[in-house]
Amino acid sequence: MDLVTQLTILLLAAFVGIEVISKIPNTLHTPLMSGTNAIHGIVVLGGLLVIGHADGVLSKAILVIAIVFGTINVVGGFLVTDRMLGMFKRKPAAAAERGEGGR
Amino acid sequence: MTVLATPFYQDGDFINALYLAAIVLFIVGLRGLTGPNTAVRGNKIAAVGMLIAVVATLIGEDVVPDAETALLIALGVVVGTAVGIPAALKVRMTAMPQMVALFNGVGGGAVALIAWAEYRHALHLGVDQELKVLIPTLFAAIIGSISFWGSNIAFAKLQEILSGKPIKLPGQQAINIGLLLVAVGSAVAIAAGVESELLFVLGILVAAGVLGNMVVLPIGGADMPVVISLLNAFTGLSAAAAGIALDNNALIVAGIIVGASGTILTNLMAVAMNRSVPSIVAGGFGGGDAAAGAGADGADRGTVRSTSAQDVAIQLSYARQVVIVPGYGMAVAQAQHAVREMTLALEAKGVEVKFAIHPVAGRMPGHMNVLLAEADVPYDQLKEMDEINPEFSRTDVSLVIGANDVTNPAANNDPNSPIYGMPVLEVDKSQSVIVLKRSMSSGFAGIDNPLFYSPRTSMLFGDAKASVSDITAEIQQL
Repeated sequence: MDLVTQLTILLLAAFVGIEVISKIPNTLHTPLMSGTNAIHGIVVLGGLLVIGHADGVLSKAILVIAIVFGTINVVGGFLVTDRMLGMFKRKPAAAAERGEGGR
Repeated sequence: MTVLATPFYQDGDFINALYLAAIVLFIVGLRGLTGPNTAVRGNKIAAVGMLIAVVATLIGEDVVPDAETALLIALGVVVGTAVGIPAALKVRMTAMPQMVALFNGVGGGAVALIAWAEYRHALHLGVDQELKVLIPTLFAAIIGSISFWGSNIAFAKLQEILSGKPIKLPGQQAINIGLLLVAVGSAVAIAAGVESELLFVLGILVAAGVLGNMVVLPIGGADMPVVISLLNAFTGLSAAAAGIALDNNALIVAGIIVGASGTILTNLMAVAMNRSVPSIVAGGFGGGDAAAGAGADGADRGTVRSTSAQDVAIQLSYARQVVIVPGYGMAVAQAQHAVREMTLALEAKGVEVKFAIHPVAGRMPGHMNVLLAEADVPYDQLKEMDEINPEFSRTDVSLVIGANDVTNPAANNDPNSPIYGMPVLEVDKSQSVIVLKRSMSSGFAGIDNPLFYSPRTSMLFGDAKASVSDITAEIQQL
């Protein structure tokens, strides 16, 4: 893909990012930061892509560490976000239950 | 193979279609994060997108050419998972911001390492890398390294391995500019054709890493959320740069979305503190004058009145409206459930209870909301600063639980204060103020708080959870 196409994608995606994010309420900023943090764990793809053609022990070691780091970023990021959000999830359901039957 | 720019392993439209699906899922997922009801699903949708992106990458032609590669990838993924899952599941809610800093750091570290490996590979093959590949690689190396080391310092500060107060060295600014020049100069030299791995490692990775350390070290702890957010954006940008170098759409788009969102979030947080991002990065809370100003008003401090749980219980029970101002102290003491119980006890006595949430209370925006939500405090009881500030004059008792800087009236009326101009919760306008606090030590920003010396204020010293439980017991006996 030529550079101009890549820059086009880059720029349009940047606008998408701004648009999507600017609508998020204050309350959810911490989970949001954590969620976007998990998404940049996509760098693990970079490690996966280049390790196949790496030569030498050092190069391979560097890339294995990169994959470890990227995986921690992805797995840990999504799980931590899920834990944070789990705390928001319960209430609306509980409120609805209470409203329903007054049990 | 003479040109590294167009990787051979990735010509399939199919893979790019999968990447497109992953990208759509990321965007839909992020949009889900806009509301408390859709947020959980949004996060899961984004995670599914990530899984698709990883699988799409692995099925690419020649991505896994031999068994050894498969083994190494498996090793990396297994170790990363084995570290990531327990870290994420075991971390306490109070330590969440550090954990985000750490996860962000390893992401930046991964980018820097990948850039290094790419550069090594090109040297090894003895090919001239196209500038189109080389420049983003160098950019990714610099930013990734800054992000990794900066995040580690942020983690150490929040974990209180390092002091939360600004740590300053003489000639800091000159050193930082020097380091930046070394990193950029090395990058320019390499782009101009100098082939040296040593220059790449020392001139770029190490210089940028030291720069990351040096930039974050002098930043006061109160500004740390802004810094983590900024570094989060940096990692996103470096990932996007790596995407251009590796010609990978998923990396470009996901990276830049994080870069854009992180920038917006960073700005929102800085605005909430009435600070500008450049002045935060330039270091410390307004420089040397501020420290002098904080010391100078020590003379007219007045005295501190301390009170008992029983007195507090009486004051609260006979109030019409009580506003609770939670801060990091509540988080540290894990007092949110105890606070919820106290709230219920007060409501049973007909007291109206509201929570005043400062945008940067705790260590991150929304930190208090997360904790109180965990304790089942109803969403509509949590009031944001602009909503609650006019209410303080009608409030009988403000109960400050482990919050400090966000209640500091000096921000409104002392032009010499380092935090002058920062929007704060105006608890000093209420009839009386009760502050639950471990000791008289200053807040995370290291600034004295005149609120504690006000004649309207009384202090209840001790662990927030224990204090709140005592108060609840007293309320129930009344």
